Amino acid sequence: MTTHLTHLQRLEAESIHILRETLAEAERPVMLYSIGKDSAVMLHLAKKAFYPAPPPFPLLHVDTTFKFKAMYALREKAARDAGMELLVWQNPEAKAAGINPFDHGSAVHTDLWKTQGLKQALDHYGFDAAFGGARRDEEKSRAKERIFSFRGAGHRWDPKAQRPELWRLYNARHARGESIRVFPISNWTELDIWQYIHQEGIEIVDLYLAAPRPVVDYNGLMIMVDDDRFPLKDLKPSVKSVRFRTLGCYPLSGAVESTATTLPQVIQEMLLTTTSERQGRAIDHDQAASMEKKKQEGYF
Amino acid sequence: MNGFAPDPLIAADINAYLAAQQTKNLLRVITCGSVDDGKSTLIGRLLYDSKQIFDDQLSALEADSKRVGTQGQNIDFALLVDGLAAEREQGITIDVAYRFFATDRTKFIIADCPGHEQYTRNMVTGASTADVAIVLIDARKGVLTQTRRHSYLARLIGIRHVVLAVNKMDLIGFDQPKFDAIVAEYRAFAAEIGLADVAAIPISGLGGDNITEPSANTPWYTGLPLLRWLENVEVTADADLARPFRLPVQWVNRPNLDFRGFAGSIASGRIAPGDAVRILPSGRTTTVARIVTLAGDKASAGAGEAVTLTLADEVDCSRGDVISIADAPPQVADQFEATLVWMADEPLLPGRSYLLKLSTQTVTVTVQPPKYQINVNTLEHLAAKTLDLNAIGVVELTTAAPLVFEPYADSRELGGFILIDRISNATVAAGMINFALRRSQNIHLQATDVGRDAHAALKNQKAAVLWLTGLSGAGKSTIANLVEKRLHRMNRHTFLLDGDNVRHGLNKDLGFTDADRIENIRRVGEVAKLMTDAGLIVITAFISPFRAERRMVRDMMAPGEFIEIHIDTPLAEAEARDVKGLYKKARAGQLRNFTGIDSPYEAPEAPEIRIDTTALTADEAAALIVERLIG
Repeated sequence: MTTHLTHLQRLEAESIHILRETLAEAERPVMLYSIGKDSAVMLHLAKKAFYPAPPPFPLLHVDTTFKFKAMYALREKAARDAGMELLVWQNPEAKAAGINPFDHGSAVHTDLWKTQGLKQALDHYGFDAAFGGARRDEEKSRAKERIFSFRGAGHRWDPKAQRPELWRLYNARHARGESIRVFPISNWTELDIWQYIHQEGIEIVDLYLAAPRPVVDYNGLMIMVDDDRFPLKDLKPSVKSVRFRTLGCYPLSGAVESTATTLPQVIQEMLLTTTSERQGRAIDHDQAASMEKKKQEGYF
Repeated sequence: MNGFAPDPLIAADINAYLAAQQTKNLLRVITCGSVDDGKSTLIGRLLYDSKQIFDDQLSALEADSKRVGTQGQNIDFALLVDGLAAEREQGITIDVAYRFFATDRTKFIIADCPGHEQYTRNMVTGASTADVAIVLIDARKGVLTQTRRHSYLARLIGIRHVVLAVNKMDLIGFDQPKFDAIVAEYRAFAAEIGLADVAAIPISGLGGDNITEPSANTPWYTGLPLLRWLENVEVTADADLARPFRLPVQWVNRPNLDFRGFAGSIASGRIAPGDAVRILPSGRTTTVARIVTLAGDKASAGAGEAVTLTLADEVDCSRGDVISIADAPPQVADQFEATLVWMADEPLLPGRSYLLKLSTQTVTVTVQPPKYQINVNTLEHLAAKTLDLNAIGVVELTTAAPLVFEPYADSRELGGFILIDRISNATVAAGMINFALRRSQNIHLQATDVGRDAHAALKNQKAAVLWLTGLSGAGKSTIANLVEKRLHRMNRHTFLLDGDNVRHGLNKDLGFTDADRIENIRRVGEVAKLMTDAGLIVITAFISPFRAERRMVRDMMAPGEFIEIHIDTPLAEAEARDVKGLYKKARAGQLRNFTGIDSPYEAPEAPEIRIDTTALTADEAAALIVERLIG
């Protein structure tokens, strides 16, 4: 059956509809920007949705201070290119306590910097709607989350008390103290994201492409030594041709060996690979049903 | 079991493969069936066969299957999709989950809907965006009550294409006569409810028969396997292309004084610069100047696209308006017959004001008592006073402002709506407009030459409603009476509407259920409104226990005209006074639905005036109210 819109055009139109609907109904929206490929696509869609105006809300990066250096560089440039204000939040308590993934483990590190940091930032600025780049294909409990996801006081997510979402009608009304997380790219898959980045020529961190990088075997993951905070002890980094399928904190993001130096090659490897995307993330391995539990506590 | 081998083109020429992917279609599918029909297994199978399951997921799945699976040593595909921890424990699916997989031609979004009774709302939710419904039947059980319900809901929500997947064929030995009998029974039922085009495919989700490839076990079946059949379904948005152009305006884009763009998603039809358009509800006409995008202006755009238009003339147009092709505009009305699917634990309260959101329009609405409720199992029409969770009924509703709409049968976008509770903000119902009532098309507001301001000016006053609310025995009638006496002495033209008196006449047909209390207040509100139009100062004394109804009356009046006065007497104090002996009766169980005893009183959160009757005498209270009114 031929169609007048391709699947990427339909996904794009749906995302733009969601972005505009949120802007029209929320009092104070913000876009969470994590500098990864999903954020890059979401930001690009926002530029399209509101063109010729710049996206009429700020970008918020909930920073853990442990992102890759290349990500920090792109963060500033992407905000500047989009003509948007960039807000950076670092949890002051995590900072004072010197929380890091090496001494405190991935669970504590992620909870304090990301989960608590995000709640603090939203409360601090009084945002009532926050765009996030989560996708339903990422993980099982995400598959059930609405596009407009309601968070009660304390940012808690109650999977049984979500509002039904019919047609393209999103109910964004909420009381004071309640907020909404909005996921405009819910229905995109990892492959859709890559194809779209390729088709639209969207700028992404070059860590997604293979290059010779210094890596060590750390907690079963291949970790790139991105700065001198890494406690090498007697580990000796070796230089390998690697790329990253997902990007987060550098000590928690596992690299894969690869020779894919162009986007089509990355897509090619992805289509021929046999392991799922989130496997390179330390957080999911911590416990069963871990994402669902984290979300109930307010994690994105 | 082997999944799809990846397309050889991926390895051979990735650029050629990517180019081919650019023409891929997107199809939204809903799967429905009863518990244990094998829905989750089928979806797991589709994911597996289209290679959406990776090695690490597969090894986790194998481990889980042995631990908690229901298939012995075999892979339990259902575990792939039963996501939430609570569901794993209970072994059921409790909410709509969305799954994704793709073939070389089509990307699929599957809404996986639970089959059990109490979750009609989830199925309606999942179906609302679907192009096609897969109705699953267990070949051993045949057509069940739930099969009928799901098919009826699919028809109700306007799904154009239905495929009957007769599953677990392996368990009946791929028996053709049994398959034919099930299909015949189903087709008869489908015709009864108006589902015209139904395909039927014999499958086994567990064994993979007729999923992606024709099965050797069913040589008698000559149709397409399920996945191939789905690839050939027409997408709803493509059918909408042939209909007249409609663009509900989402947002007006005004980055600077020189640019004014109207952003929204095209509901139907096509548009090009130079086309004549009409803005509704105002009816003004102009032409389209540009279709603006980040990548440059477009020569045309069609249904399903999110666009920004600029218009040739400076016409009033804002969020909620609909830009239509000039010669075939949609209807505008404020009274409708609609089908409602109730989705909240709290039942429908006829007469209460809700918010109605249709496309980008949000208005207040009141719903009449249902004309009838539909038994989704037997399709019988039942008498009903309200609608409970998961009930479906036909109602009449009246909006506070005109809506631009189309019947749902013509347009999901301009005919489907949700109802929102004004206090909790919850989405309480989904609705589909059947048609506008003739009365709203034929009754127009008559403009009169002597207006409401003229009426009030002659009396040398400003019209107002002094709305006294409080518990029975709080002192409302006493204070209201004293207020009127004072105003009368000051040559003010007043009228006192008292709860007990109104119930002897205008509202003598009403009792004290929640629904009747709401209707009581609605009528009093309308009477008070007519009196303010006549320029009067209206004083009312009604318990009016619910915030939503007091708010409804407030919304009827001009801004600033409604003055809410909380006659605040603690329950213990009112009960101690018990002037009419009503509390005693209520406590004895002789009087039901008595406010404060077995029916709630929702105190005003921000009344204009609060009277503490434990601190003020009735006369002091009346003096205070008059002073606040006259200043």
